[in-house]
Amino acid sequence: MAISPVAETEYKGSAQPEQGQQPTLSVRDLVVEIPTRRGVLRPVDRVSYDLAPGEILGVVGESGAGKSMTGNAVIGLLDRPAHIAGGEILLNGKRIDNLSRRDMRKIRGKEIGMVFQDPLTSLNPLIPIGDQLAETIETHLNVSRTEARKRALASLEEVGIPAAAERLDSYPHEFSGGMRQRVVIALALCAEPSLVIADEPTTALDVSVQAQIIALLKRLCREHGTSVILVTHDMGVIAEAADRVAVMYAGKLVEIGPVRDVLTHPNHPYTDGLVGSMPAHSHGQARLRQIPGAMPRLNALPEGCAFHPRCPKAQEKCRHAPEPELMNGAACWFPVGEDA
Amino acid sequence: MLAYIIRRVFQSVIVLLVVGLVAFSMFRFVGDPVDNMLGQERTQADIERLRTQLGLDQPFPVQYFRFLKGAAEGNFGVSYRQGRPVATIIAERAPATLELAFVSGVLAITMGIALGVFTAIRRRGAAANIIMTLSLVGVSLPTFLIGILLIYVFAVELGVLPSFGRGETVRVGEFWTTGFLTTSGLQALILPAITLGLYQMTLIMRLVRSEMLEVLRADYIRFARARGLTERAVNFRHALRNTLVPVITVTGLQLGAIIAFAIITETVFQWPGVGLLFINAIQFVDIPVMAAYLMLISVLFVTINLIVDLLYYAIDPRLRIDGRTA
Repeated sequence: MAISPVAETEYKGSAQPEQGQQPTLSVRDLVVEIPTRRGVLRPVDRVSYDLAPGEILGVVGESGAGKSMTGNAVIGLLDRPAHIAGGEILLNGKRIDNLSRRDMRKIRGKEIGMVFQDPLTSLNPLIPIGDQLAETIETHLNVSRTEARKRALASLEEVGIPAAAERLDSYPHEFSGGMRQRVVIALALCAEPSLVIADEPTTALDVSVQAQIIALLKRLCREHGTSVILVTHDMGVIAEAADRVAVMYAGKLVEIGPVRDVLTHPNHPYTDGLVGSMPAHSHGQARLRQIPGAMPRLNALPEGCAFHPRCPKAQEKCRHAPEPELMNGAACWFPVGEDA
Repeated sequence: MLAYIIRRVFQSVIVLLVVGLVAFSMFRFVGDPVDNMLGQERTQADIERLRTQLGLDQPFPVQYFRFLKGAAEGNFGVSYRQGRPVATIIAERAPATLELAFVSGVLAITMGIALGVFTAIRRRGAAANIIMTLSLVGVSLPTFLIGILLIYVFAVELGVLPSFGRGETVRVGEFWTTGFLTTSGLQALILPAITLGLYQMTLIMRLVRSEMLEVLRADYIRFARARGLTERAVNFRHALRNTLVPVITVTGLQLGAIIAFAIITETVFQWPGVGLLFINAIQFVDIPVMAAYLMLISVLFVTINLIVDLLYYAIDPRLRIDGRTA
């Protein structure tokens, strides 16, 4: 499918905090495909969004909705046989989806940082954290070993590791989970990237630590002007940290808009369901609302709108008409707000 | 740490004692040394006299105890066949075996790790698949057959390398003779070293490959890639090091095996080492030589095991904290 002019216009209207500025990241009709013996799967299907400098975009959706896959495509870390099959990714105006492996490697870590879900497994257990930081700094910035160590120390201090100088030579197992995630964030940010992809950065952490990590991420990105793609399935984290939110379902972007608007007035019935299932939004009801059923598998997508079998408002058009385009913030024939 | 080493040494001594006990209980089934030692015109009285003289009339625990007593004083007895002190004979033969084992060990480890890493990183490549297929040959062919094949190709058909012996050796110091310093000595080393090291090499290679494939899937490797580290740093600095703990375990045991199984290679190539000495000793029921050899091999195994355990600490920092009970 060609780039539709609709996609161009609707972002301007919906959510561009600082208009006229070049977006840090621009994803245009991104398609990721996985060839399998039983046909081609599309875990990411024509996803488009822009990310302004310093903006935090939350990406939510159920497991398998394509949230992480989009992030992996942006940083060029799709596991084979998954690959980008269409669309464009522009970082600060430059196309990066068609770069060679070598050039892409230079961008990873330097221009795009990444934070993974589980801090217990994302650090190499055999290498002191100071060395892991220093090697990243040395790889991307043309500095000496001593200078790299100095900067490693500075970045550890910045993420709030107590007595950082003494802990430079500590191994990952000597830190708690929350502290390790701080180290991971320091690693993602140490070369001053303009974009950080945080893939469920708090899911594996204690609830008491989650808020600290989110606050840290938010503060660092504000101070450095770093944009963030915050992938999560926790609406609470989105409400806390993100400027805008993108909702994904079965590989498609079904709704995007400023967090406040989306949370208070969701347009897409799926978003409505997600918001309704948050404890804070259940208004003291005994039972939380839930969305019936489960997301369809990618090899068995229903005809029409992929959400229609679970949608409380599904009508004949939803079942048979081609899936709706993302318009006015939601990809739905009958957005929630309109019929009321 | 020191307490750990002391405990391990203590355990090792017990292992050695048990090995010796088992060895001595087996010697009586090997044959009667007296038959070989006396000529055709022996009388029953001669036999009895020699038997008493050698202590063979005693039950084996007593023989074992005598051996231990001697060994504690550094006296391993006198060879029945050669009539010379066993310690001297083994000291003469040990350099040949140790040099052979050293060369094949280095060969097995370097080639094994290099090929293992290569086949893991390029696991879809044609070269990697060919190497993996060939490695099956290395794992499944028995050592003596490999030796005979190599002799046939390189010594008989091509005539480029010697088929037996150690070549010229040079005496270094009081006890050591080396084949490293002469051309013929080095040439003579090639075939036996390959024969002895091939199995270990393929084993190490296959192990490194499977461990490496496992580690390359780990989160921290993904994270290392996400930080934009070079492929070389990811593969060697991050991945290879994490594969080393299991690799060292197996490699350590295999190094012991290289020395122990040198017997077969030494027989095929008539290599004048302790393995060949042991084979000859069995044929002659030369009990002091057999006993000393077996004890030597056990000391070696036990020492290598201890070194392997200590290497874990050097490689994996996690063990330094919670490994005290190990």
